[in-house]
This record gives sequence, structure tokens and C-alpha cells, in this order.
Amino acid sequence: MSQEIKKGRILKVSILRFDPHDPEDFPHMETFEIEEADGMTIYIVLNMIREHHDNSLKFDFVCRAGICGSCSMLVNGRPMLACRTLTKKLDNHFTLAPLPLFELIGDLSIYTGNWMRGLNTRLETWIHDKEEELNVDKLEKRMEPALADEIYELDRCIECGCCVAGCGTIQMNENFVGAVGLNKIARYQLDPRDKRSDEDYYNIVGDEDGVFGCMTLLGCEDVCPKDLPLQSKIAYLRRMMIKTAM
Amino acid sequence: MKVIYTDVLVIGGGLAGLRVATGVKERGHSTIVLSLVPPKRSHSAAAQGGMQASLANSKMGEGDNEDVHFSDTIKGSDWGADQEVVRMFVHCAPKAIRQLAQWGVPWSRVQQGDHTSIINAKKVIISEKKEAHGLITARDFGGTKKWRTCYTSDGTGHSMLYAMDNKAQQDKVEVHERLEAISLIHENGQCFGAVARNLMNGELVAYIAKATTIATGGYGRIYSVSTNAIICQGIGQAIALETGVATLGNMEAIQFHPTAIVPVGILTTEGCRGDGGLLLDKDGYRFMPDYEPDKKELASRDVVSRRMTEHIRKGKGVKSRYGDHLWLDITILGREHIEKNLREVKEICENFLGIDPAEEWIPVRPTQHYSMGGIRTKYTGESQTMKGLYSSGEAACWDMHGFNRLGGNSVSETVVSGMLVAEYISDFIESPRSAMNIHSTTIERFLKKEQDKLNALLKREQGEDAYVLRRRMEEIMMDKVGIFRNGQDLQEAVIELEELHKRSKNIAVFRSKSRAANPALVNAYRTQKMIKIALTVAYGALLREESRGAHSREDFPKRDDKNWLKRTIMTWSDEESTMPDVSYEDIKISNMEIPPGFRGYGQDLTDHHPETKIRQSMVDMMTQKLEAEGADRFEIQNALMPYLDKLPKKYRGINERLGENI
Repeated sequence: MSQEIKKGRILKVSILRFDPHDPEDFPHMETFEIEEADGMTIYIVLNMIREHHDNSLKFDFVCRAGICGSCSMLVNGRPMLACRTLTKKLDNHFTLAPLPLFELIGDLSIYTGNWMRGLNTRLETWIHDKEEELNVDKLEKRMEPALADEIYELDRCIECGCCVAGCGTIQMNENFVGAVGLNKIARYQLDPRDKRSDEDYYNIVGDEDGVFGCMTLLGCEDVCPKDLPLQSKIAYLRRMMIKTAM
Repeated sequence: MKVIYTDVLVIGGGLAGLRVATGVKERGHSTIVLSLVPPKRSHSAAAQGGMQASLANSKMGEGDNEDVHFSDTIKGSDWGADQEVVRMFVHCAPKAIRQLAQWGVPWSRVQQGDHTSIINAKKVIISEKKEAHGLITARDFGGTKKWRTCYTSDGTGHSMLYAMDNKAQQDKVEVHERLEAISLIHENGQCFGAVARNLMNGELVAYIAKATTIATGGYGRIYSVSTNAIICQGIGQAIALETGVATLGNMEAIQFHPTAIVPVGILTTEGCRGDGGLLLDKDGYRFMPDYEPDKKELASRDVVSRRMTEHIRKGKGVKSRYGDHLWLDITILGREHIEKNLREVKEICENFLGIDPAEEWIPVRPTQHYSMGGIRTKYTGESQTMKGLYSSGEAACWDMHGFNRLGGNSVSETVVSGMLVAEYISDFIESPRSAMNIHSTTIERFLKKEQDKLNALLKREQGEDAYVLRRRMEEIMMDKVGIFRNGQDLQEAVIELEELHKRSKNIAVFRSKSRAANPALVNAYRTQKMIKIALTVAYGALLREESRGAHSREDFPKRDDKNWLKRTIMTWSDEESTMPDVSYEDIKISNMEIPPGFRGYGQDLTDHHPETKIRQSMVDMMTQKLEAEGADRFEIQNALMPYLDKLPKKYRGINERLGENI
């Protein structure tokens, strides 16, 4: 008896291609066919296409484990991390496109770095503590264990940009800080090591580019790959800001 | 010709690179960090389980201090480490973690009172002291006497990297993203910076600096399956090697982590076993106690990886289409614990395996994980042979890990070596030694050389396919330079890698001819460099006819201190040569604080060096005498192997602990 080799599905992968450095290029869809294998992810698919079909295909992966946030893209129009998206969860024909709003490097590769850096500088996402210099020989300052856990919960953001791509507000107001920005403010506001006052935070995000700009469509929470509690944190910040304003 | 000047060029934006940059900035020097990716996406973010620092806050860490951390690290290294460097490291790790706490890392804290924990498959009640409440807590990791690994759930590297990058932004450290250093600019044994390629538009830029630091991480991606991020390709080590002057140390010292998931090789943290997880075979049998009755699943990484491989070879592995594997069982830890302290592991299991690790076992096998070898440096982080070239973190062979690194010691090394090297670099810059005299034509020459190489790759219409060469290299490393090694396989590996190296000179970039963002071009020049690195690993492994730490030779199962207590040193002095040059650096027993001994795993097969006995009796004699005189542990340590004078003054202070030095 001849052994039957189980054939995988033939996947049709349509990719939005564009090289902004090539004056003759224009955005277009290109479709590749790949045989599906067990446990296949979009990371594997894209590398196979690059290695065997088109070595000019541009995309970004770093950790390929859902940790670093490099590979966010639109899969069938929805922002997600490509590396941890299994093809078996998709139809045999699916589309890939770069995240909107960020500068395009080429094909699926986007420049999230400068956007996030700009945001972090604007919101000053670091501990503000003007106290005298730390004596590194001394015992560390204490923190309630439950509070440390709460801060970590919000510290898990990986700056992947999915919430930005899924945000309705930012489509209309490009200065909006997005859920990524508001979550960071919530994180530092919670942290007793950051000595900024509620008024300080109000001055940073207490306007329509900040927490009052959000139209509460909450696409951000739907697409966040880390399941951050974005909805409740935005609501919390709003209440806090209103209190501060009054 | 685009030239950018700065005091300190840092190549690599992970934990080590950012820590060096903030350190030199604090001393008033200008600095630029080159990073392949946004720094927060660096591989440091993937470190899950934690950072070792002997804080001794938690109940199971009681009695811990620098001496215990030192001893664990030396044993872990199989006596390959530089003991003075390890002393500097263990002394500064508590300081580094306290800095990070100030900069925002939400370290998990001690909760006073009772909590249950799983130890040796049994539920145990641990009672935390009231006075420790709110201080940084720690978990158990392999190869350590105390619970010393501090953590934030299992996202420790992420939290550390974010705090570090935020600190760098606060300090206005300039970061040039998607810039790749492709060669070092040097003359007369001094480094003057690097030629870098902008990965977005293809532009070549010369960065000229008084000091250049390579902090590019490890070279795991020369193996086909690795836990490393795909950017850990050894390019930093390669550009140092290509100077023909800088040296690489112990490149053959490669660590395999026991528990990466099958088939994709993504890591599940050692914290799984530290927190009480078990390794099971195809029959659901817990086999580690049979091999290592004392430490069981928490033996050192190299030991567990070998035992797992042995067990699979006995036919006890679980068959799968991707080869045999074993099981990691963390179901006994309970859902609550997993969802709080092992949530990355849970996400990885759900997304890549489609299983719930609170209910099902995780398929795992040992996988390439860490590079102990790297750019050989002095304790200051400066290359031993090239002035002005520094290295820090996994990229370097400093050398605090010897032939096996302990879990939790790598992220710890990044920030400790970063904070120290930043001081030594600043001292260098402030001294006349750093005076620079470089002609613009030299800079031009280096730029042109790189431009010519890229042009050749793009112009060639016929030639070798870089992907084919690279995949073959990865397979060779995997099959012949793996966990267990032998002379014949290694010989074959070296011969074929040398052949691949020759062929790689004729790589052509097919079809994709853009000078701007071009993944095919990037793959072409990186493959050429990676094959050279692979050669240094395989060749070093072939020549080292002993077993030490993670380097395990089936044909030479003994650790041979008589002939091999030394570091392998590689250079590539002649560009046209097809093989690296090898020499050795003796590791001196005469000044060791802990002379070579038995690590305590399996049988002691060591061929001891005659000097070991002499040094051991001297150490014993001095210790007894000083103890009798009432000397404290610091005085005894200082008499055996003084190191404090090597540290920057600001980091010499004695560390406070609960009940000690307060």
C-alpha cells in the first residue's frame, strides 16, 4: 500500500505591495500561492514567499513570538500580530496590508519607531522624580505587591500600533494620542514613583488630543493583542481629569 | 560622503547598549545608538523569567549574598569564567536592580504571610517575613542555591527594556533606528567608528567616534532552530572579526535551553520549572530525578538539556512529525499561578500550539538559546587588541559565563556590564589615550570598500543564492555542532562550512536590485558574515578536545583542566584566508577565589590541573586563618582575590540587605 501524503490547503495570499523608493511603482495587490503546513503562521508564509517567490518582499519580524510588537499588519483588514496568527484560523484566501497611519517603508514594513518615540517624548513616559540621587547601596523603596502587579498589567503594552490602526478618532485627528498613549498615562498615574500630579497629567492629555478626544468607538480594545484594559482605563482617566478640571 | 561625529557610538539598542548610552551621557559625553529596530523591539524584551541579584528579601532567598551568587556562577561556568569579572558582576547586580526599580520597573514584591508554592511536585507553605513586605521578591531558577531571580511576572525583559528605553529618551540619548553597522573603521589598532547602512533608504553613513561599543547580542541564528529573535545573527561579532585585529573568545560555547516549544523553538521560561513545573517523557514519567537526584529539573541548563537528549535517545521521547520531544507539565501549578506569573507562556501556548497549559502538557525540547562566546574584552569591556572598541552584554565575552550561563544571569549581565562599561568608556574618553588622528581619506576608503561590496552583490547576474548557503549553514550547525558533539561530525562541519564560505564570496542578489530597502541584499551580506561566525564556532568546537559546560564532546567526555583550562581566541587576520586564526588564553588558577572543582552533576570526570591542589590548600589555609582571627566575609574575600579597586568608585559600596549592613 502506498502511503498517502496528506496535502495541505493551497493558500492564496494577497499582499498590498508598494515601494515608495521606486518612482515607477504604484500600490497594487499581488497574490501568491503557498501550500499550508501544520502549525503554519503568517510569519512562516511570508518568509516562504520571500525565499521562494519574491525576495524583494518587505515585512518586519523580530521575536516572532508575539512579544516585541514588530509585525502588526492588517490581516483581512483587521490589525493583528502576524507572527502569532495561525493560517488554520483563516480562509484559504486572505489579504495582508500594512498598518495605516504609519510611514510606509515598503510593502508590509512600516516605521512605527518614530511615531512611538514621538508619542513617548510628548507624554514624557518616564518616571518623574526630582528627589536627590539614588543611593544604590541602600534597600530599594517598598511597594505594595498588588500595586506592582497592577502597574505591570498596564506596562505590558508592546507599542505594536494595532490600537492606533483600529482607532476611529485618530483617522480624523492625527494629533490624538491613541489608546497606546492614554494607557501609558494611566500606567504612570498609578505609579507612586512618578511624582507628577493629576494637574500635570491634565496638562498633557486633558484636551481633545487626549482623553476628551476619544469617541469611545473602542476598536482599540477589540484589537489589542495583549488584552490591555483600554476601555476601563480611558474611562478612569476621563473621570479623573474631570475631577481635576473642577 | 555623509559623516556623523559623536563621542561614543553604541551599536545595538537592547538593554546593554541603552545602559552604556545612558551611562556615558550621564558623564557628559555625546552618544548615538544605532539600532536595527526600534530599541523596544530588541531581543532583550524576550527575556521572560527574571534577573538574578542577591537581594535575599524572600524567605527562600534568606542567607543569600554576593558570595553565594559568585559560587553558583563559577560552578555554572564549569570554571571557564573570569572570576574577577564575576565578582564585579555579583557585587553590582543588587545596585543595578535598585536603579531599575527607580527607573520604573514594576518588580514583583514580597507579600508578607503564608503562600503556597510547588517544590519537588509537592505543595509547600512558605511564610514571608513582615519586614520583607514590599521589597523585591525572587523565584527559583536552575543551578542556584537560593531563590535569587527577581521578576515581573514572566515579562521581565520587556519591563526592563521599556524602563531602560524610557530612561534613554528622558536623557535625550540619540537613537538612529534601522541603521545597521556593516564594518568598523579602524587604523593602527584603534577603532574610530563604523560604516552603517540605512535599512530604509540604503544610504551609507560613516559614524566617527572616540569609542565604539558593540552590544548586538548573540549569534543564535546561525542555527536553524533557535529561541533567539531573527535579528540575533552575530553581525556585531562578525564586523569585529573582519577587522583582523579584534578577537573573539570561546565562540564554541553555545547554550541550549531545555524548554523551547516544538516545532517553532519559542522559549518557555525556566521560571516554569523554577515555579515547580516538571519534565515528563512519553509515558508521563518524571525522569529527571533518575539522572540528577539532587537538583532534578533545576540542574544547570546544560545538564538538563543533555539529560533530556539522553532520555530521548533511549526511546523515551514523544514521536512527532517534527522529531521527538518531551513534555513540560505546569498544570500542577494551578491556573491562578499560571495566569499571574506565567502569562507570556500561557499566551505562547495558546497562540502557537493551540493548548491551554493549565490543562495540557507543553511539547518541548532543548533548543539553541545563548552565546557565551563573543567579542573578547578586558574587564573594562574594551577589546584586548583594539583600542577604542568596546563590547557589552551577550555580544561580549567579558567573560562571566565561561562555558555555561545560569538562567537569570543574562539580563542581569546586560545592565551590570552596561553600567560599568559606560564608566570605563567615559574614563577612556577623558584620557589622552583616546586621542584621535584619522584622515578623511581613511574614512572615505572604508565607505568606498563597503559600497563596492554592495555594488558587486547587486551587479552580479550569476552566482550563489544566499538563501541556499544560509539554510545549509544552519543545518550543519544544528546537526553537527549541537548539544552532543564529536570529532568526526565537527570535522565534516568545518570542511563544509569552509566550502560555503568560499562560495559565499560569489553570492548574487537575484531580481531584487533596489539600493534602498531590500531584504534580499541584506540577506546576502549578512549570510557572508554569518558563515564566518559559524566557522569560528565549529572550528573552536573541533579543536577543544574536552567537555566543559555546554561544550560536550562524546569522544572526550572529561573536563580536562590540564590541557584545556583556557579560552579559545579567534581572529581573521588575512581577508583572503578561508579559515580563522586560533590561539589560546590561559585561565590562571593561581589567583582564583574558587579553584576548579566538581560541579556536582553525575560523576566527577575531571582531569585536574596540578596547580588546583596547591591553590586550594592555599585558599583553605588563608580562610581558616582569617576566620580564626575573626575576619568577616568581605575581609576574607578581599584577601583571596581582591577586585574592588577595579570597580568605578561610585559602585564600590557595600550592599544593604535585611539584617545585613543596615
